[in-house]
Amino acid sequence: MSEVVRAKPRFGVMRLIDATGYRLPLAGFVSILHRASGMLMFLLLPFILYLLDKSLTSETTFAELQALTSGVFVKLVILALSWAYLHHFCAGIRHLLMDLHYGLDKDSARKSAVSVLAISLVLAALIALKLFGVF
Amino acid sequence: MANNNIGAKRLVVGASYGLRDWLAQRVTAIVMALYTVILLGLFLTGKNFNQVAWAGIFAMQWFKLATFSVVICLLYHAWVGMRDIWMDYVTHNVFLRLVFQVATILWLIACAGYAAQILWRV
Repeated sequence: MSEVVRAKPRFGVMRLIDATGYRLPLAGFVSILHRASGMLMFLLLPFILYLLDKSLTSETTFAELQALTSGVFVKLVILALSWAYLHHFCAGIRHLLMDLHYGLDKDSARKSAVSVLAISLVLAALIALKLFGVF
Repeated sequence: MANNNIGAKRLVVGASYGLRDWLAQRVTAIVMALYTVILLGLFLTGKNFNQVAWAGIFAMQWFKLATFSVVICLLYHAWVGMRDIWMDYVTHNVFLRLVFQVATILWLIACAGYAAQILWRV
């Protein structure tokens, strides 16, 4: 926390815990979520491949997949992965545009950060509705 | 030595954290984004979509090869990203960081192997 006063200043490389003292701008949240979503997909990569495996191998395994994904917990995991993919995708495109020097000023960077959050959340909400059988 | 190590003459050493990986991460990102659009297009334009139609997409040789290329792109992309995470957050124990980095590589290679097995079984 920012109000904590350390008796002795610590020098050297910043730790992750040191970063919690800063209030992040919105673009900072998009950035950290880009990391978090990437790491989530990295960790669940075998699960994603397992789903692909079940869906492709045969009609029997496809039926097994349907049974597996009818559970609420599995649906939530798939929703989390869908959001992670959408956020990583949108934030990645924002990064690529910034690499090409588009929208680097403070105002447009904030606007594009809002867009990334909004677009990925709206699309994830649509997937949630589809997953839980609303349409 | 120190005087020569400036600007364009800068001696770049270490875990190859230079232009190459930066560029590779962007190029692989574009490849994966294009693949996503193609797969989504094939998925959404399919009529009477069922398991046979889904497996039919992956039975095509060009799509198998495209998918496998994307898996290899994913492997490199995720490696650069995860390596950045370990480099940023595991700063106080170089051995621990090395363990995480090696585990990341093994994890990704194993996943690529599993993906190849899935693809060439269809």
